[in-house]
Amino acid sequence: MSVPILKQGPFLIATIQAALSDAELQAMQDELSERVGRHRTRGVVIDVGAMDVLDSYATRSLRVIADVLHLRGAKTVIVGVQPDVAFAMVRMGLNLQGLSTSLDLEGGLTLLSNGHRSS
Amino acid sequence: MTTTTTLSVRLESDILAARQHGREVAEQVGFSGSDLALIATAISEIARNIVVHAGGGAIMISELDGRTGIEIVARDDGPGILDIDLAMQDGYSTVASLGLGLPGARRLMDEFTIESQEGHGTTVAMRKWIRTQSARR
Repeated sequence: MSVPILKQGPFLIATIQAALSDAELQAMQDELSERVGRHRTRGVVIDVGAMDVLDSYATRSLRVIADVLHLRGAKTVIVGVQPDVAFAMVRMGLNLQGLSTSLDLEGGLTLLSNGHRSS
Repeated sequence: MTTTTTLSVRLESDILAARQHGREVAEQVGFSGSDLALIATAISEIARNIVVHAGGGAIMISELDGRTGIEIVARDDGPGILDIDLAMQDGYSTVASLGLGLPGARRLMDEFTIESQEGHGTTVAMRKWIRTQSARR
């Protein structure tokens, strides 16, 4: 398992460690989906701070994961998008609209604790 | 003298290797910050295009004369693209993807050309110039 998933209080935190392969992304999705059920988790933070590129494939993967977790009853917050990565995404025409985002882990957990809804 | 590195692209892990190498070359040329992310992302998109649609190919990365920029050429011998105009439209995809790969890469780079012939593969060539006064063409 290349993406460590930690339980923090009522939430799960998945920290993506650098460039992730497609298979690892898929494994992360399966693991999160299973653990959301096991822990009855209402919120998941995915930290992408170590990712140097969020291309169209990775963006779509994050969206799929958030959709799957939503169907499992959990809200997903993406945190840690780096400034250069954000700029490249916007230039390219990618966005994470419909997904909740926060600056960092702390912000993500606060967002989940407050029970804010995504846009 | 221009040095060109040719990287074989067949597996998904090659996408990672190609964009990492591209970032290194771009850094050597003198790109920084957000430009590095733009270049790495564009390489990621065209490399994935090869893996998904052609099954294999090569990416050539060169620094342009006098360190004025970077050139990336992606070449495959896949089935080719029937309708390039359609393939360059946002949201058009023949697989389950966002359909932003090629048009997105074009927006990230300064120059972008694509040539394809049915049954004879596809070649994408893209360039980005350094945006400093001394290096501006």
